[in-house]
Amino acid sequence: MKTGAKILVESLLHEGVNTIFGYPGGTVLPIYDELYDSPLRHILVRHEQAAIHAADGYARASGRVGVCLATSGPGACNLVTGIATAYMDSVPVVAITGQVPTTLLGNDAFQESDITGITLPITKHSYLLNNVRDVGKTVHEAFYIAGTGRMGPVLIDVPKDVQTDVVNEPEAVPEKVSIRGYQPTVRGHPKQIEKAVGMISGAERPLIYAGGGVIASGGDAELIRLAEALMIPVTTTLMGLGAIPSHHPLNLGMLGMHGTQSANYAVTECDLLIAIGARFDDRVTGKLESFAPNAQIIHIDIDPAEIGKNKAVDLPIVGDVGHVLREINKKLTKKTVQGLWNGRIAEWKQQSGEKKVLDTSILTPQYVVRTLSDILDGAGIIVTEVGQNQMWAAQHFSFTRPRQWISSGGLGTMGYGFPAAIGASIACPDEAVIDIAGDGSFQMNIQELATVVQYNIPVKVMILNNQYLGMVRQWQELFYDRRYSYTEMPSVDFVGIAKAYGVPGMCVTDPADVGDAIQTSLAHDGPYILDFRIEREENVMPMVPAGAAINEMILGENR
Amino acid sequence: MRPHTISVLVENRPGVLSRVAGLFTRRGFNIESLAVGTCEEPGMSRITAVVIADDEIIEQVKKQLNKLINVIKVSDITYTEHVAREIALIKVAAEPGSSRAEVMQLADNFRARIIDVGTRTVILEVTGDTGKIDALEKLLHQYGIKELVRTGKIAMPRGSKTISSKK
Ligand SMILES: Cc1ncc(C[n+]2csc(CCOP(=O)(O)OP(=O)(O)O)c2C)c(N)n1
Repeated sequence: MKTGAKILVESLLHEGVNTIFGYPGGTVLPIYDELYDSPLRHILVRHEQAAIHAADGYARASGRVGVCLATSGPGACNLVTGIATAYMDSVPVVAITGQVPTTLLGNDAFQESDITGITLPITKHSYLLNNVRDVGKTVHEAFYIAGTGRMGPVLIDVPKDVQTDVVNEPEAVPEKVSIRGYQPTVRGHPKQIEKAVGMISGAERPLIYAGGGVIASGGDAELIRLAEALMIPVTTTLMGLGAIPSHHPLNLGMLGMHGTQSANYAVTECDLLIAIGARFDDRVTGKLESFAPNAQIIHIDIDPAEIGKNKAVDLPIVGDVGHVLREINKKLTKKTVQGLWNGRIAEWKQQSGEKKVLDTSILTPQYVVRTLSDILDGAGIIVTEVGQNQMWAAQHFSFTRPRQWISSGGLGTMGYGFPAAIGASIACPDEAVIDIAGDGSFQMNIQELATVVQYNIPVKVMILNNQYLGMVRQWQELFYDRRYSYTEMPSVDFVGIAKAYGVPGMCVTDPADVGDAIQTSLAHDGPYILDFRIEREENVMPMVPAGAAINEMILGENR
Repeated sequence: MRPHTISVLVENRPGVLSRVAGLFTRRGFNIESLAVGTCEEPGMSRITAVVIADDEIIEQVKKQLNKLINVIKVSDITYTEHVAREIALIKVAAEPGSSRAEVMQLADNFRARIIDVGTRTVILEVTGDTGKIDALEKLLHQYGIKELVRTGKIAMPRGSKTISSKK
């Protein structure tokens, strides 16, 4: 005889889960009681939004499904932003919520909310369990759905009576999940692959545009193989950072709104764009008609719904990016160096001074990120908040591998970074995990300082503190005549706040102290906070104004 | 933009209808009609939705519908030769005397059945394609329509072609 709660916890262990992030409440008491003497590790966060972000960070850092748990009503509703964040970036997460007993469902009972209804448009799938017999099978299915195909969040809503009901003979859970309406296409169509090989071999100015799908599928090695075989330059999206090392000679860096000049010019002039696990997001394409205007487009993606969604493509290939690239690589024979094309790109790089030495007479965020990058020398995991801090981190950190970059791309969720860093640190305890933060974003989940203290999670928070909601201020400066409407945030004593929670920290105002401060924080065995008082009105450049073509960049000062 | 008739074969699970409908409403277009009921496969339902949109957008929505875990098959039968029907119940003011006789006459012409006769009203049941029901509705307006319900359109390809999941 087993209760639903017991089956649930056992099922999680069966899926190989070792840590869950959660926050208790009345409707999950039976589950919490099971957790009390279960080998499953539970991290008590201070806000449910942090639980889902932490599960998300855990998933992005490890490539495994992240799990969080919350009570019904307010607890479940606090997950919503995090579920949407995971959905937009295709992150495999299973969110478990308590629910009022089935007898009270739909009654506006205390702490009831229709969470499956609320999250319908932001989950890959969801379940409202109404029978204890279904618990095991549902958990197994949920993990399968979350972690296969185009990954995404799955919600399981568990009424309290389902947690306490017992079954004598729990139904056997089939090892292999088979769902009629869900059969992701993994292999690309051989004919299409053949055609792709022809198009790639025949192109004069090919360009690879790689997105988060490359990282999700583990296709990075094949991507680099393809690029190197024909000397094809590569640009990545924000989500694709780390798919190819930043220092790789063929890497042009990020494209789009805050992309590099060479990447954005290359897109504009290429004759073949090979889009791999990328979705032509509007932050990437700018004005659609001017995006890759002279190019034929090959689009490789596991999600057929992404193909042709924003931009018509000449050759669609539906399948797992890693698989498809391997097949293409096997068939590629022509080994030509596109000398002219790469020469032109090198010229752009040169002209824009993309790697030029930074100004160190004042404390700039770019210098802080570069110094961190130099000190870590290829190691570490960078998590960010949202805004300028995110873009400076993306532009100036040198990535060496996939899953080293964790950031909310699709939804752009402020407050994401710190809890996601907690998840990443738990997934990868041997890595230095750094949350590059804005002073605004950090204050959205600052209460998690208590969590990192309780479990001694050695996350380092580096606040690029401009006392503004910087990215919004930048838009106001450029497009609203410097009318800084409600974007100034007076100075906060972050070191003092951290101290009150029991986290040591340091405030840095002099560029000469940056290196030492970072070394000190990394050497500290536990969480640490660095409050960098940066140049207040520094901008992220280059920038493509919303709606402009991506080669129409504002270059501005680029310190 | 034109009306598209989309047939969606789904597993009979809670939430499926809202997921399907949600994908249309999210794009901001109106569902002209929506009819749901069981079908030839046990445990399955067929949803017939009529929506007005561009071909391109419909293509996208079809792909999104296919992504839903409980959706087995999506067919846009707009350009396939098909038969389509809906049923309407129309309660018409029909005072005893000449107007009642006229309404009865009209009903007869449209092969509508009179399924209820009250002292001042009659209820007609009419089956047909959307155009026929629209036409009858227009003609009945002069007598006064008290109440009208339509089932929404259901449709099926002509001949041996099917929209079932079996090939
Ligand atoms: C939850 C949430 N609310 C609002 C926004 C809109 N927004 C985008 S960037 C930004 C400013 C971020 O300021 P800060 O965290 O201080 O970072 P900075 O840009 O200064 O580096 C805001 C308000 C958002 N992305 N997320």
